[in-house]
Amino acid sequence: MSATPFPAGPIQRCQGRAVVVAGDDIDTDRIIPARYLKCVTFDGLAEGVFADDRSERAGDHPFDRAENQGAAILVVNRNFGCGSSREHAPQALMRWGLRAVIGESFAEIFFGNCLALGIPCLSADHDAVLALQAAIGAHPGAVLQLDLEPPRVRLDAGSEVLEWPLTLAAGPRRMLVSGEWNGTAQLVAHDGELRATASRLPYLNNFAAA
Amino acid sequence: MSAGTLYDKVWELHRVADLPGGATQLFIGLHLIHEVTSPQAFAALDDLGLTVRHPERTVATVDHIVPTTSQARPFADPLAEAMLATLEGNCARHGITLHGLGSGRQGIVHVIAPELGLTQPGMTVACGDSHTSTHGAFGAIAFGIGTSQVRDVLASQSLAMGKLKVRRIRVDGALQSGVYAKDLVLHVIRTLGVKGGVGYAYEFAGPAIEALSMEERMTLCNMAIEGGARCGYVNPDAVTFAYLKGRPHAPSGDAWERAVAWWSSLASGPEASFDDEVVFDAATIAPTITWGITPGQAIGVDETVPTLEQTESDERPIAEEAYRYMDLRPGAPIEGVPVDVCFIGSCTNGRLSDLRAAAAVARGRQVAAGIKAFVVPGSEQVAAEAEAEGLDAVFRAAGFEWREPGCSMCLAMNPDRLEGRQISASSSNRNFKGRQGSATGRTLLMSPAMVAAAAVSGHVADVRRLVAVPTTPQPEPASTRA
Repeated sequence: MSATPFPAGPIQRCQGRAVVVAGDDIDTDRIIPARYLKCVTFDGLAEGVFADDRSERAGDHPFDRAENQGAAILVVNRNFGCGSSREHAPQALMRWGLRAVIGESFAEIFFGNCLALGIPCLSADHDAVLALQAAIGAHPGAVLQLDLEPPRVRLDAGSEVLEWPLTLAAGPRRMLVSGEWNGTAQLVAHDGELRATASRLPYLNNFAAA
Repeated sequence: MSAGTLYDKVWELHRVADLPGGATQLFIGLHLIHEVTSPQAFAALDDLGLTVRHPERTVATVDHIVPTTSQARPFADPLAEAMLATLEGNCARHGITLHGLGSGRQGIVHVIAPELGLTQPGMTVACGDSHTSTHGAFGAIAFGIGTSQVRDVLASQSLAMGKLKVRRIRVDGALQSGVYAKDLVLHVIRTLGVKGGVGYAYEFAGPAIEALSMEERMTLCNMAIEGGARCGYVNPDAVTFAYLKGRPHAPSGDAWERAVAWWSSLASGPEASFDDEVVFDAATIAPTITWGITPGQAIGVDETVPTLEQTESDERPIAEEAYRYMDLRPGAPIEGVPVDVCFIGSCTNGRLSDLRAAAAVARGRQVAAGIKAFVVPGSEQVAAEAEAEGLDAVFRAAGFEWREPGCSMCLAMNPDRLEGRQISASSSNRNFKGRQGSATGRTLLMSPAMVAAAAVSGHVADVRRLVAVPTTPQPEPASTRA
């Protein structure tokens, strides 16, 4: 478990060791099984992260291997985080110590939930992700340097520095880099605009405005 | 870029502001909350010193954690009791209506909001649950959100969202008898893939969709998310209006006519343009069933488990994982696979017409020896209506257990779960590894009628051989009207 503070303010880069969880379509039930959702705070979720996958692999799961303890960057494949909308999934990953995710693609709700926590989910194509995963395997303990502007990841392999370009849509990137990813205050501040919108919705006005 | 679609019209109407990051601030017309994803959102609201902006547009119920055997308080599980007590406290403190146990209106959130007439065409609907896509059946734009977004909707009745593309899924022809909306949506997901819908809203259209009842449309839209689409919808029409009329929260009097006129104007017109279109022929779809560990790993009941050679190369790793996990042999027929547990219920298929279809199969038959079979109505209202027409007696006589409403064994946050390597025939929505409460438990998704067929046969069976089913869709059950 990481003692690193949770994300706050502008997020322009992330540095740390990587943990690879390979496979497509890894759903949020696998990231955090439903029994761990019986809680009224997110505080204890780290212990449930990948609980069933880890018990199935009896100590050999990436999250249990000694070299991955303290990792900050998760590297996955396609459609990671599909299924349930449970924010418990990124909360569990964050509380385990992760601060960024790189993968081939992400399920939308998961991507948005991560964004709301200040955890960037960056994409690369299939071949690049496989190459990155292979490089991480070949250089255990190597530190990754991940940047949001421009989006890229570098791996210091000792004799050389390997680099892959990443993608992150302009909107989420701006939100993270500017520190405006946690935008409740901004939404609430639009009081006049919220009132104006409500006043033109037929179903809030006895359908008179139709 | 799409234009003139229902999605575009509803999006524009609810646009509050453009946010500096490039997202749109979207007004949320109806916010549904439940015990699992709201407690941390209320706590965050307190931390920020904010209150609930529109408590009258927020509606709560309890569904995920409730036991379906005895619902007496306090629950045997102290964690479940704490979650419900927290929801009760938060609703009382903020003036939010909670449809609690025994109120006559409690049930799965995606069952009760439609039956109360809360969900209406042209609304934006959000809930901290991915199956919120269900409400798109009414021509609403409805999507699941995470807890941080629940906090945002509580605080501002709005969300920061990016606009989706729109894919029209046109379904021509008519479904065969014994083939239901569940089969149709499994077929769509099987064809387009579990990530095919990422970035899209799915508009379901065409003659086969127009012929569906509202309850069938809800089943269809419910599982849009399993195809990767955050929302799915059907354009509102006479079927929609007939369902809504007279429900507790539906407009009445003069407002009804004005509402129908507005609702009618929202449908995607002939001039609408879409980002993509896919066409299906309903007549070619068989009762469809999953064999693997994603809802896209589905086949007709008369097919065999696909071999690696029959599988796209990029789908082979997860197919191999599924063979191992499910212990099913590639190339073997799915029909005849023995099952241990049969579950009828969930936000996908826990409505009255689902129970009627299953009861038609169960009537006069017996659950096979050694099989645990149970029926969980989607809401207290569904339970009352089913009992009024004697469906509970049909199920009980056949050897099914008749339970209290809740999410039950769809997701195993309550006492209903698989044990060990049990394999279930389930009318729910997800066959993920471990989904039904055992890390090694296995799930075969299918329609409620197919679950009933499996229960009385002891194994996966083609429901078309068990019952003569009507060839035309039945009218909406009149008794579902409140």
